[in-house]
Amino acid sequence: MNRRTIMVSFSSALLAAGIAGLTAASVIAADPIKIGVVSHLTGPLAGGEAVTHTPNIELWAKQINDRGGLKVDGEQRPVEIITYDDKTDPAEHIKAVQRLATQDEVDYMLSPYGTGFNIAAAPIYAKYNYPLVAVSAITDKIPELSKRFPNMFFTLGTTSGFVEGVRDTLVTMRDAGTIGNKIAMVNVADAFGIELADTARPILTEAGFEIVYDKSYPLGTPDISPVVKGAKASEPDAFVAWSYPPDTFALTEQAIIEDLDVKAFYTAVATCFPAYADKFGAKIEGNLGAGGINPDTPAMQAYRKAHKEVTGKEADYWASATYYASLQVLEQAIEGVGSVDREATIDYIKNNSFDTVLGTISFDENNNSERYWSVGQWRDGVFRAVADTGMGDSVPAVAKEGWN
Amino acid sequence: MNSGEMKFLVIGVVLALGAASIPIVSDGYWLSIATTAMMYIALSTSWTLFSGPTHLIALSTGAFFGIGGYLVGSGMSDYDQSFWLMAIIAPVVATILAMLIGLATLRLSGVYFVIFTLGLAEMIRNLVSWVQNNFLGSRGLYVLTDFTEAHIYWMLLSVATIVFLAGWLINRSRLGFALRIIGNDEQVARHVGINTAWSKVILFMTTGFFAALVGAIVAPRYSYIEPNVVFSPQLSFLVVIMALLGGIHRLWGPLVGVIPFTLIWEAISISFPNSTTLFLGLSFLLIVYFIPNGFVGLFENLTGRMRK
Amino acid sequence: MDILISGLLLGGTYALMAMGLNLQYGVARIMNLANGEMLVLGGLAAFWLFTASAISPLITALVVAPLAFAGNWLIYRYLLLPLVRRSKNQGQLEVDSILATFGISFALVGVMVSIHGEYITYSYLADPFSILGSTVALNRLVAFLAAATIGAALYIWLNRTYAGTAVRAVSVDTEAAGLVGINVDRISALAFALGGAVTAVGGTLISTFITLDASIGVIFTMKALIIIIMGGVGDIRGAIIAALILGLVETTVATVIDPGLTLAAAYVIFLAVLLFRPQGLFGRRTS
Repeated sequence: MNRRTIMVSFSSALLAAGIAGLTAASVIAADPIKIGVVSHLTGPLAGGEAVTHTPNIELWAKQINDRGGLKVDGEQRPVEIITYDDKTDPAEHIKAVQRLATQDEVDYMLSPYGTGFNIAAAPIYAKYNYPLVAVSAITDKIPELSKRFPNMFFTLGTTSGFVEGVRDTLVTMRDAGTIGNKIAMVNVADAFGIELADTARPILTEAGFEIVYDKSYPLGTPDISPVVKGAKASEPDAFVAWSYPPDTFALTEQAIIEDLDVKAFYTAVATCFPAYADKFGAKIEGNLGAGGINPDTPAMQAYRKAHKEVTGKEADYWASATYYASLQVLEQAIEGVGSVDREATIDYIKNNSFDTVLGTISFDENNNSERYWSVGQWRDGVFRAVADTGMGDSVPAVAKEGWN
Repeated sequence: MNSGEMKFLVIGVVLALGAASIPIVSDGYWLSIATTAMMYIALSTSWTLFSGPTHLIALSTGAFFGIGGYLVGSGMSDYDQSFWLMAIIAPVVATILAMLIGLATLRLSGVYFVIFTLGLAEMIRNLVSWVQNNFLGSRGLYVLTDFTEAHIYWMLLSVATIVFLAGWLINRSRLGFALRIIGNDEQVARHVGINTAWSKVILFMTTGFFAALVGAIVAPRYSYIEPNVVFSPQLSFLVVIMALLGGIHRLWGPLVGVIPFTLIWEAISISFPNSTTLFLGLSFLLIVYFIPNGFVGLFENLTGRMRK
Repeated sequence: MDILISGLLLGGTYALMAMGLNLQYGVARIMNLANGEMLVLGGLAAFWLFTASAISPLITALVVAPLAFAGNWLIYRYLLLPLVRRSKNQGQLEVDSILATFGISFALVGVMVSIHGEYITYSYLADPFSILGSTVALNRLVAFLAAATIGAALYIWLNRTYAGTAVRAVSVDTEAAGLVGINVDRISALAFALGGAVTAVGGTLISTFITLDASIGVIFTMKALIIIIMGGVGDIRGAIIAALILGLVETTVATVIDPGLTLAAAYVIFLAVLLFRPQGLFGRRTS
């Protein structure tokens, strides 16, 4: 056998193993309920997925199996999670979702991370009648999307909702005399950052604010200091950044170094990450950011405690809880229907309300849950909601008193 | 037309017809694999049209692909244009751009050309994002159409077929002859009176045209366009790697690179769902060491041995 | 003044990214697409030791350097040298090394994800420091000083020692170097390993002020490739000067025109340099 034939037999063995895997998966006794998810284990969105989605799936599956499984058809069936890596590539994602639906024949699928991936996968979920309880998909197109994909549900709010949350927070602070009228606004020049900035300009201006600095920076900027220096030079009362995780960290660090002393300092995605607090410690007291939670409800406290115990990590203070809630919705719908009938599950989700870690949630005629926190503020090591839509338990934002 | 060419044509037609029937005979899973493979076949083959004869490795596929996807997204979302109009405009824009780039890079050779195209792709991505941010504004680039996966597959198959036909015609033409001489020795080519500059530029334009067309067709499959995703440097690298795995000295080289590559990738995804990337990397290494001349080399070696 | 100082500091960061690859490509002739992963690996080590046992990244850098040297030496000796020996010409080697190092980069990403899949970020020396009335971050200043030290040390080593001269000889012409009795394989392995060590040390320093993650390496690889091509292959001065030019241009554009155009401007400069000097700033005209 020469080296070339070894290679050929290696790759055919690999293929055979793969095909054997496929057939084996479909003949296993239908005992556990199979639940599929396509993750970004690598690629640009992997960092966010690893914080917000993956630990919750682990926690949820463990909790269900610890109590014997889901009650369907009069028996307890455990759940089995099947995960594939798409490398944050839409083409791979679509392939993997197809693989879950037609080869693994999973009973249910969980939602992917990122607006684009939820929408790209939605046609396949629709074709095979999988409910898609989307979380990390913030969009203003909910009515159109839910009309197109009646199996798709939304839980984390709209782009406008998020911007309005920021506006309401700033208006409250202005009315209290904490800040003046001048806002320095920056955004990352990528899809969601551009969208948020574009939505924010008219909304903030209509609320009587003056945007004294309005610049974008490219994704992956290695040195953000000119942006912070520029913003500081415009002498703003509030600083708003529609940022992604790496630049949220960079902007905050640079603001500390430049001593950008504003009473309201907002950065968007990843401000809610425990890693943000780990990195900056007490310096971020009073920082505003996207998300927030109400840490005082017993359900939330129990969830955060279990998350820490099972995964060894703190849950993030935003979409983690929402993602867990989306799993609870699915769980309660499956048990409510009492069998793994996906069409009935979709109907059940449409027509019932669910008791989750976020409180009771239900879906409106656009399959949208209008209950979410939109702005949080770091207070004594907890990222507490200061603006929301439909929750009603936010606390008023306070002034940020310097970086110390 | 001699008998060899006749045979080539017949095989081509049979393959194309066979490929066209995949959506009818297979389920969604194999169709989704075939669609992804067809995307890479069209991209890698059109890439080889330029890079095969000239030996210049271009890392600009992502830029043209991105222009295709981005123009479709922007046109449909922000300006309410139809998919078809944008799918026509996008490749035209890309072709003009490719002409300018082609003219600008004539003096570059070897690795300088490679990295120039890489830098260019990154510059285009940054400029596009900046223009969108400052002048166009955007509420998200949604590409919502009624195309099914089968429609997209058939469109990609048509593009791939046209790429093959174009490659075949170029090989037969004066241009192809000229390019082969350029690839062997550019000095000689100049001495025998070949306009080396325009020959290269025309081929580069062809590559840009097809990459943008593929990007435009794939946009409805992605449904939501993010600059970061469509202007992907990873795509540029993957297209090059698949073509190199196949072999770039034959028109059908990339075809026999993409298909086993896609299947190996699929097998690895299934067998090692938690460390797909790690095992993909290892499989690249195995291929480099054990299939030194690409799949074309392997194939020709095997057929050569069979003839003995 | 702000622009000059911030720009130079950013240039220092870029030099850290590029000097290692310059040695690897210029001398060992390997276009190493796993260069960025090596950098992230250095950052991951710094993050890990800092968060687990509060070890300063500056100490980590000293630990990382010999480890990366050994690791890269093994990579060159066992994974890349067979390709060098096999290839008949530079074109074939380029194709093989692109495929092989792309594979290595995937494998390294896979390994790093299994160690730490989240963002690699921590706070070290994130304090203001004032130079000539301009406020800069202390961690960036430290990285700049390290870059300057490494750059100067490399320059002196290459120009003043016997081994350095041998390295330069190999970089000019492998065959001729072999003819005058230089062990080309060993010198190439040395250059590749040294380049890997410089990159990994750069990664430990860069991680103090740039948030990394396991998959971000390709961004650094691209930046490093652009810098060494702009500077001219195989000349350490070229890489350093190109890095400083990019740093100054980006900071100037960000401050004076629009931060949204920084990276675009950097690429425009790169393209312009190549259009007027197709062999890079310090490159030799090849036949």
